[in-house]
Amino acid sequence: MTRPRARFLLLAGSLAAALLLTLAPLPAALVPLKPYWPALVLIFWALEAPEHVGLGLAFAIGLFADLLNGALLGEQALRLTALVFIALRFRARLRFFPMWQQALAVFALLLNDRVLLLMVRAFAGDPLPPASYWLEPFTGTLVWPFLFLLLDDLRARLRVHEA
Amino acid sequence: MARNGTAPLFSDTAAGTLRLIGYLALAVVLMVVDQRGGWLARLRYAGALVVEPVYRLAALPAALVQDARLAFVERRDLTEENRRLREALLLAQARLNRLGAVADQNQRLRELLDVRHSLGMNVQLARLLDIDVDPYRHRIVLDAGAREGVKAGQVVIDAHGVMGQVVEVLPHTAVAMLITDPNHAIPVTVERTGLRTVAYGTGAIDRLKLPTIPLSAHVRVGDKLVTSGLGGRFPAGFPVGEIVQVAPDQAGMFAVAVARPAAALDRSGEVLLLHDLAEPAGPPEPVPPVGPPAQLAPNTATAGTSP
Repeated sequence: MTRPRARFLLLAGSLAAALLLTLAPLPAALVPLKPYWPALVLIFWALEAPEHVGLGLAFAIGLFADLLNGALLGEQALRLTALVFIALRFRARLRFFPMWQQALAVFALLLNDRVLLLMVRAFAGDPLPPASYWLEPFTGTLVWPFLFLLLDDLRARLRVHEA
Repeated sequence: MARNGTAPLFSDTAAGTLRLIGYLALAVVLMVVDQRGGWLARLRYAGALVVEPVYRLAALPAALVQDARLAFVERRDLTEENRRLREALLLAQARLNRLGAVADQNQRLRELLDVRHSLGMNVQLARLLDIDVDPYRHRIVLDAGAREGVKAGQVVIDAHGVMGQVVEVLPHTAVAMLITDPNHAIPVTVERTGLRTVAYGTGAIDRLKLPTIPLSAHVRVGDKLVTSGLGGRFPAGFPVGEIVQVAPDQAGMFAVAVARPAAALDRSGEVLLLHDLAEPAGPPEPVPPVGPPAQLAPNTATAGTSP
């Protein structure tokens, strides 16, 4: 297996896993805590492999996620495009942040994402969500270091294999 | 986008921003079009080839856990569970028999009253796919779809009461909106007093809200709510919930009640889909206008005035 191919598989695999995890069932009490997995995975790839992750990919993933979740078509496309744009714009700084600072930046990104979603839903005429709506960025931030280390490790292993 | 390893620290900002604006505009246009025209449902139906396998795949871990539990659980537990289920079945049978007698009686009385509609219910069993589509909209995914004869608008019930209605149908999957969805409303009757009102979803799985009860209506905690059959979507007489709290609203105009849904909305594994849609409420269809037979009309008039 050539290196770009293995890389592509890891990228596609992680994105597919993120979409599946979004659908995975949780006990009702934990549901508001579920991190927004596609966003986290896309942030990782935007930081680590910007040559593969552009606005187009974020848009496509978002559209597919909308198709899966039955939300308004374009809702997640909008959110993920905006998210990846910001991540790419500040990539140079984010990459060399220590982990806790990076996690804080991810928190800001996710919070921004929630606000965007709130705006979209408000325009669509949905009622205001409960307070637990705002918990998601916190869990996303807590999960981020582990996700980062996991994906980074997988990537490093691939590199060793091919070397 | 053939940027190699020596990508600049700051990408060409103007072009990037322009593309961002382009994509965002595209997303907004999509959302507006979808909101207006319901494109998503059609697209999802077309994309069902992709969507349905993903649903099954996502439901797989939960199904596996369930299977594993069945495979490894102790024999004793299984025997115990079996005994419990048998008892429950017996009880249900007994109840059914009694209900059968009541239904017969009801039928006779209705015939006496010359009511046309029968109580015959045509149902279809469907299983829940254990996936979580969107935590802030209360939707469930069923494993029966258009090919199995499911249609949008069908009522979903479980053993205890009304769960919701089918809002979207794919070839082998259907999505139902629960009565607790914030966008859902169901016409109900308070069983004890006969008061008609509407129960709205709150977004919490164990609460329905009845915001417009007249203060004089004397609704109290413990009252049972059943479907009223008005609106033509839900047939009359199915349990919906039980009042758990009544208080006057802020303006003092109405009483606001909170009800607990009767159906096990977060626990049911199998549900029933009602096939008989309720008869539409309202006046009968207008009789088509009857005129003199066409051949009696003069030729010139028919040629000139027929639409």
